[in-house]
Amino acid sequence: MSGFLAGLCVAVLPLLAAGFWLGRRTARPGSLAGLGSPVEHATFQTLHTASLAAPPLRAGLTEETARKAARTLRSLLGTDALCLTDTETVLVWDGAGAHHRDEIMERLTGPLHTGRGEAFPLACDRPGCAARWAVVAPLTVDDRVHGALVACAPRESAVLVRAAGEVARWVSVQLELADLDRSRTRLIEAEIKALRAQISPHFVYNSLAVIASFVRTDPERARELLLEFADFTRYSFRRHGDFTTLADELHAIDHYLALVRARFGERLAVTLQIAPEVLPVALPFLCLQPLVENAVKHGLEGTFGTCHIRITAQDTGAEALVVIEDDGAGMDPGLLRRILAGEESPSGGIGLSNVDDRLRQVYGDGHGLVIETAVGAGMKITIRLPKYQPGVHPAGRPGRA
Amino acid sequence: MNSAYAVPAVALVVVSTVLVGAFGLRISRTTSDFYVASRTVGPRLNAAAISGEYLSAASFLGIAGLVLVQGPDMLWYPVGYTAGYLVLLLFVAAPLRRSGAYTLPDFAEARLASQAVRRLAGAFVVGVGWLYLLPQLQGAGLTLTVLTGAPPWLGGLIVAVVVTAIVAAGGMRSITFVQAFQYWLKLTALLVPALFLVLAWQGDGAPRRAFDEPAAFREQRAVRVEDTLTLDLTAPLTVTADGTVDGRGHDGTRLRLSAGTHRIEAGTRLTFAPGTEVPEAGRQAGDTLSPSWAESGEDRPLYATYGLILATFLGTMGLPHVVVRFYTSPHGVAARRTTVAVLALVGAFYLLPPVYGALGRLYAPELALTGDADAAVLLLPDRLIGGAGGDLLGALVAGGAFAAFLSTASGLTMAVAGVLTQDVLPARGVRHFRLGTVLAMAVPLAASVLVGGLPAADAVGLAFAVSASSFCPLLVLGIWWRRLTPPGAAAGMLVGGGSALIAVAATMAGLPRGGVVHALLAWPALWSVPLAFLTMVLVSLATPGRVPAGTAAILARFHLPEELRTEVNT
Repeated sequence: MSGFLAGLCVAVLPLLAAGFWLGRRTARPGSLAGLGSPVEHATFQTLHTASLAAPPLRAGLTEETARKAARTLRSLLGTDALCLTDTETVLVWDGAGAHHRDEIMERLTGPLHTGRGEAFPLACDRPGCAARWAVVAPLTVDDRVHGALVACAPRESAVLVRAAGEVARWVSVQLELADLDRSRTRLIEAEIKALRAQISPHFVYNSLAVIASFVRTDPERARELLLEFADFTRYSFRRHGDFTTLADELHAIDHYLALVRARFGERLAVTLQIAPEVLPVALPFLCLQPLVENAVKHGLEGTFGTCHIRITAQDTGAEALVVIEDDGAGMDPGLLRRILAGEESPSGGIGLSNVDDRLRQVYGDGHGLVIETAVGAGMKITIRLPKYQPGVHPAGRPGRA
Repeated sequence: MNSAYAVPAVALVVVSTVLVGAFGLRISRTTSDFYVASRTVGPRLNAAAISGEYLSAASFLGIAGLVLVQGPDMLWYPVGYTAGYLVLLLFVAAPLRRSGAYTLPDFAEARLASQAVRRLAGAFVVGVGWLYLLPQLQGAGLTLTVLTGAPPWLGGLIVAVVVTAIVAAGGMRSITFVQAFQYWLKLTALLVPALFLVLAWQGDGAPRRAFDEPAAFREQRAVRVEDTLTLDLTAPLTVTADGTVDGRGHDGTRLRLSAGTHRIEAGTRLTFAPGTEVPEAGRQAGDTLSPSWAESGEDRPLYATYGLILATFLGTMGLPHVVVRFYTSPHGVAARRTTVAVLALVGAFYLLPPVYGALGRLYAPELALTGDADAAVLLLPDRLIGGAGGDLLGALVAGGAFAAFLSTASGLTMAVAGVLTQDVLPARGVRHFRLGTVLAMAVPLAASVLVGGLPAADAVGLAFAVSASSFCPLLVLGIWWRRLTPPGAAAGMLVGGGSALIAVAATMAGLPRGGVVHALLAWPALWSVPLAFLTMVLVSLATPGRVPAGTAAILARFHLPEELRTEVNT
């Protein structure tokens, strides 16, 4: 029988795990009966129902989110039917009396125009229809009407009119938050676009000056450097896609370093250690190059010695671990913290904090920059890049399969 | 078998695996070597890595054992294990790579945008991984027992500890190199002794014995029966017995057993005269299963064969440790090239185990009697060649076998631990990955001690069956059918994979003994795979409103080559 038990274990454990997870996800805060008076209990119940409806609405008002939210909203109001509309159509009808859809839309023209609530009787010849009276409460975002919440009841009720108005205001707040989310995303997208164009102008002048200095003494070298410069700028100015692969980003870094080395020669020593498994990992476009630029700047600042920069990329299963290290001047951790928090702007560019913001935006707060530094002790920047993240796909490369 | 050579060989394999894993890529480069440092893994190297991870104990030991016991019918195993990559190549490889998914749960999430389906896929990854780990650990136990006479659980424990330590310490940094190295090691470990064995067989006058005749002892051979068994004799048999036969004690007496069923108690020593035919053994009802659940296979050979073919052809694409290696390919075309190379490498490897099986039927036929048929590969060099040469070759084979356990087990443990850490255990972090690793290995280790002798190739066959009935429909429909919905995918995986899992559990528990039901449960793929496809299609059609938004864009990304994608974007 031990064989049977073990077989059972092997088969049942994954299912148990799935069940455990499902149970945990769908669990509601247990019995609230023992918690406070009946009034408090009712308050908790209402707040909990409201909290269940909030997440779908935070994604904006669409057919799918309306469908997910309608049932909880109806139980919040305790009506027989509840309907959510946008300015043109009924998005969802939850409960009885769905045959009033068209009638409701016709009657909504007024309230949608004025933005005021209304209550009116519904003409219905079906016996036993629960929707004889409709309360309309508009949903407004920034004083613009986006849709309406319609609650239907068998008879007129002042309580329902009041309640529907309150719920509609609550839904409007959620929709305003959704709007805010969207504008925040747009802001980050704009920032990414801003960073894209942000190769430092100094870098362009310096590179061109260096190339110019080679034109007579070593025309061949000058030509190579010009090609590197062309490659780097082509990568930096490319228009499509927000993401690239680690391999492409490293190549851009290589072009960048070639130009920097032409200027500083032996003073810059770079070591690379790259696991080939992580080269296909997708990552936000131009998020390592600013870090390397930063390392070069810190490494060469206030010293005439050699600066060592070390770039490693390791494979750690589901993530790639990228480390950029320099042995330069380092930085005061307090100052760095303020820079990353956006309280103080650093001397040159928007490098570190912008990269940090973008990484957090794409991968979540657990994946920001981890920086170890002190004055005079160099700097070590660690990034963890998940190999897979929904929505992160590198754009293809022209001319290369 | 002389363990003086074998144990150092095994230790050498373990140590070199750890070293290549830890230091394989510790070579730093300066910027002048930039293109060398950032060169992507080529299709051939990646293919060797995939093959190295794929060729498990079942391939290395199991197939030879099955051919030894049951003859050429079992060649469907290597054929199926190889042909699985053909299906993978045709339907899955390139789109899977282009999906950007690293694991199967990632794919489910990328295609269906559903956390619930992702978790479900994760649960099946854990299930398939554990089922697949089980025979690796048992194979290691068997190998160590044959080599040194250690208790059967020790080898499994050693592999479990080594693999857990390597994975938990993040030691598989250069996993592609380690696995590619393991492939070539395994190929060498089978190829070199095989050449010597074939030469020895030639020198022996190249005896032939057609597979349809029963195997016979070529010389006087003493067999110790480890577990009580029944012999079904069709003709009278003369043996010298030392122990208990049919309830009567014997002390080196010569016995003539009449045709019919005889019961041999554990610990009995039977000595067979040269030329005696090897009797058919039926295992006594107990903890151990028969040397394959061959009875059902023999009752319904056609059904069993088709069940096996379907499971192996369609199951390969759902093996968690194989799928993650495709991520290393830089793009879809490379993934496809890699698969072609894998077909060649795996195909070349699978030519060898049947040679061992055939030679084993000639030179070590008593293994079919003792139930240790999986040990044939290990014992043959000693049997055929003997002396120091035989010992050295045996040590090479033993090293190769351990390479098989280590590579497959580490790949599976990484995959299972990854899912446990990401989707099951509460928070994230390195400490949780270690906890996940320990958990990923502890369950199959416990099961391997409890379940006892399950033939490696059969246990792996069950893992394939579960994979074929859960992930194959998900991948194939996910890639090729735009109307797949999250509820459909979840229902299909639950019904197909769940029923296959239950069938597997029932078979492992030895619940139905013989009969149609046993055959159905022992080879579930033939009904569970169509069932899974059907459920997935029907439930998807019933929930047309749940087709994820953006399905068209996702499928375009799966199927368009990368260079075209650029033009679409711009």
